[in-house]
Amino acid sequence: MTDTVLVRLRNPNRETDMAAPVLVSVLLERLEINRESVLVVRNGTIVPGDGRLDPGDVVEIRPVISGGAS
Amino acid sequence: MKCVVCRGPAVIDLKRHNANFCPEHFTKYCREQVERAISDFDMIDPDDRVLVAVSGGKDSLAVWDILLDLGYRADGLYIGLGIGGYSDTSGRHARDYARSRGAELLEVDLPGEYGYDIPTGSRAARRTPCSACGLSKRHLFDKAALDGGYDVLVTGHNLDDEAAVLFGNVLHWQTEYLGRQRPVLPARDGFPRKVKPLVRLSEREMAAYCIVTGIDYLVDECPMAAGNKHIGYKEALNDIEVRSPGSKADFYFSFLRRAADRFEAESETERESLSACARCGAPTTTEVCAFCRLAERAGGTSGATTPQPVTLSRKDSP
Repeated sequence: MTDTVLVRLRNPNRETDMAAPVLVSVLLERLEINRESVLVVRNGTIVPGDGRLDPGDVVEIRPVISGGAS
Repeated sequence: MKCVVCRGPAVIDLKRHNANFCPEHFTKYCREQVERAISDFDMIDPDDRVLVAVSGGKDSLAVWDILLDLGYRADGLYIGLGIGGYSDTSGRHARDYARSRGAELLEVDLPGEYGYDIPTGSRAARRTPCSACGLSKRHLFDKAALDGGYDVLVTGHNLDDEAAVLFGNVLHWQTEYLGRQRPVLPARDGFPRKVKPLVRLSEREMAAYCIVTGIDYLVDECPMAAGNKHIGYKEALNDIEVRSPGSKADFYFSFLRRAADRFEAESETERESLSACARCGAPTTTEVCAFCRLAERAGGTSGATTPQPVTLSRKDSP
């Protein structure tokens, strides 16, 4: 049993481990990611800012900003 | 964290509304925001034939989904832009969604029907990829809506899109653009009626809507958008938003209420100088429109001497 959360990031695609348990809000602070620009997804479900991530969890940091001029 | 409506487990917190929602009530909230935008800005009549500009991304699929749920007669239009595997994947998302809803998806293939793709057009016209892409899409969506007899063209521009464009226009004081930055552009001068029903919803909310409703959208960013200035504007605005929730909405809606009218005259002057493109008949301020010039430089085939309708094909529709 691992004592970390596996975090998957995009643009570019990469992975990192973070110590667990950890709150989503704290995870984003540690990664220096603005919560307005992402959603945290675990098993296809959004985890809110006060959600706890446990050891062994795999989460995706899904960016929500899309580009292009209108 | 509990849903403000039912006290069940919440999945999303919306700081600017000081509200948390469970999946069911978040979906309801999104629909209500779209209904309110349509009502406040008199966007769509119940009997209108609606064409939705569909990219396969979260915003266009979400707005199409909500309009269908609200009972509007809404078809989709997808434009294949020839951006390699990215276009292949985006088209697949658009088709899969249309099939899942039993909705009509029209398609235009830019390389196949106009002889150029966005990477080639961008290089040939010395425009940024996003500029060449936006120009091509606007032209083809407009023509498709007019040629198809649609009453209104819907785009998936959300609050973040509008706030970022406003930010850029203010940063450079592009007053002619400020005068026409509205959630509704009426049909006139050869342009179809264009509306943006997602202006009350943020980009984050649209991504969340797709996840909670199970819409399989294209998550990856367009490979040609790297370094796009609008992404930079969005990041800057999000830095403000996280410190002062509600700033983006206040920036945009206060502009509409208190400032947009002041720039109307400059946009009107530009509109008065519009005439028909000598090649395709589209409205333009020059003899040959920007789309035809782009296509010609890219070795494409839009340089017709008579107005050419957009060719719509129906692929993989139910």
